[in-house]
Amino acid sequence: MPNTVQEIQALDTGAKVSQGAESYQASTEDMIGEKLVINMGPSHPATHGVLRVVLELDGETITKAIPDVGFLHRGDEKIAENMQYNQFVPYTDRLDYLAPLANNVAYALAVEKLMGWELPPRGKAIRVISCEIARISAHLLGIGAYAMDVGAMTVFLYTFTQREYIYNLCELLTGARFTTSYTRVGGQIRDVLPEFLSELEKFCDGFLPALDEIDKLLTRNKIFFDRTKDVGVISKKDAIAYGLSGPNLRGSGVDHDVRKAHPYLDYDQYDFDVPIGAHGDCFDRYLVRMEEMRQSIRILRQVMKNLPDGPINIVDPKNTLPKKERVLMSMEELIHHFILVTQGLDAPEGEVYFGAENPKGELGFYINSRGGGVPHRLKIRAPSFVNLSILPKLLPGHMMSDVVAILGSLDFVMGECDR
Amino acid sequence: MAIVVKRPKLSFWEKLYLPGIIKGLGITLRHFFLSLTGKTKVSMQYPEEKWDSHLPEYYRGAPALVTDEQGRERCVACQLCEFICPPRAITIHPEEIPSEDKWAKVEKRPQEFEIDMIRCIYCGLCEEVCPEQAIFLRKEYAFTGLKREDMVHNKKRLYEIGGVREGLVNKWNELK
Ligand code: SF4
Ligand code: SF4
Repeated sequence: MPNTVQEIQALDTGAKVSQGAESYQASTEDMIGEKLVINMGPSHPATHGVLRVVLELDGETITKAIPDVGFLHRGDEKIAENMQYNQFVPYTDRLDYLAPLANNVAYALAVEKLMGWELPPRGKAIRVISCEIARISAHLLGIGAYAMDVGAMTVFLYTFTQREYIYNLCELLTGARFTTSYTRVGGQIRDVLPEFLSELEKFCDGFLPALDEIDKLLTRNKIFFDRTKDVGVISKKDAIAYGLSGPNLRGSGVDHDVRKAHPYLDYDQYDFDVPIGAHGDCFDRYLVRMEEMRQSIRILRQVMKNLPDGPINIVDPKNTLPKKERVLMSMEELIHHFILVTQGLDAPEGEVYFGAENPKGELGFYINSRGGGVPHRLKIRAPSFVNLSILPKLLPGHMMSDVVAILGSLDFVMGECDR
Repeated sequence: MAIVVKRPKLSFWEKLYLPGIIKGLGITLRHFFLSLTGKTKVSMQYPEEKWDSHLPEYYRGAPALVTDEQGRERCVACQLCEFICPPRAITIHPEEIPSEDKWAKVEKRPQEFEIDMIRCIYCGLCEEVCPEQAIFLRKEYAFTGLKREDMVHNKKRLYEIGGVREGLVNKWNELK
């Protein structure tokens, strides 16, 4: 059966459905091979948002699967072309809305790369903290929702209890629980407070036992094991060919982590391991996520231990807002403040691409600048979108009930996929 | 360094399904007793109980306008916040302060200042750019309305939420 990426790209939704109906018509003539086309989603609890998968079934076996994305399209890339770099930060919250802090950091780093800026050590360390708590938060949701999809309701409640603590941390760090908008080009909105660090320490201590509990509930559970073992096997070759990234890629045994391969934010200073899987099935992807959370805690502890002192933001008076006290009292700063706010950064011309290791995979921002405060084009490489592209290859041959297990293990988020 | 995740080998006992269920029940029961005796507390009976006392000073709730100790409205209708607001939630109609007013020196103030709370995304950029310390994101977060118009905060409502803020820089008063 032809089932290539080109074939999917060429057809719009209507054509896909009518094609499905045609193949249904054709197959009803031959009652033995009768096929059924069903729609899974766009509002199905296991599709984690609004993903629609058109499935062609032969009995209970899937013969063809076509993911249909775009239900949550908000035109983020076009929006970015119409506003200044700093104004776009709140929109990055809404990409992978399970890890807004990590998106903020990735975006800020991309624009800073365009500006040729490098943050002072304390600023970088704070960003590492942000990224890692975002990673834990996203994986907790991924695993909780995954367990619920395959029938273990309890885990979800315990992972969400932990996520609530992470939201408390976010609130202390940024002033908002969910839509953090923490970074700006050239720094972050506020420094970490001592209370935040002690709360973080407390969280790390309490989190590992909770993680062990989740581990106890799932890893050696026969039902979970049977539903995920040898289901949705992605070979190393396919994982690379389809451009997977993040835990999905590493679950297939490819040792690639952007934090190690192209260290940013001084990630090379921290000592952590990259977990990889051996079989590439759903269970391996689950194990990789569990281990990544442990490694994140390891990184967090190291950052907290050697948190450098000093400034957190870049020093470039021409392109960063002057201090509020000065704006209030002196004319020159006030004028400069107005110019900066209304015109934005003075970005150079050029193109940059920056990819960061986000919980879901490599989140990349490609910025094409023609100078000035507004990007000419901003392209978002959304890991969830790329990870989903493997579905037509992965799903056929599986049973209908395995679809939820496979979708859950790919751990995508549609806000980012459809952007 | 890459480490290969270890896959457990289930013992015969674990393969029997039942032990897994019992183990899970055990964990649930432990949590049940812990929360029954009040050792762990994870639920909050909203709206009787609220998280509000934990909110930090810089919590980003609803944006609101403030007056200072002298009762002067801080906003000078410079419209920077209107300009920067990413979802364009703010609408300002400026007016001139009449010469007989006590604060005529300030020259400009908003005649009407509207923030559409359906549009506002609580990003805090307005507070960041305001050169007069006039707009702050406060701890209010729960708004309801039966109509869309109810969700648009006008100037009066904004000053109600904002209230008086002390300790702001008073650059206009010295010039009096
Ligand atoms: S908080 Fe953000 S969205 Fe809301 S009014 Fe201020 S700038 Fe606009
Ligand atoms: S609130 Fe501040 S930024 Fe907005 S118009 Fe008034 S003075 Fe200007």
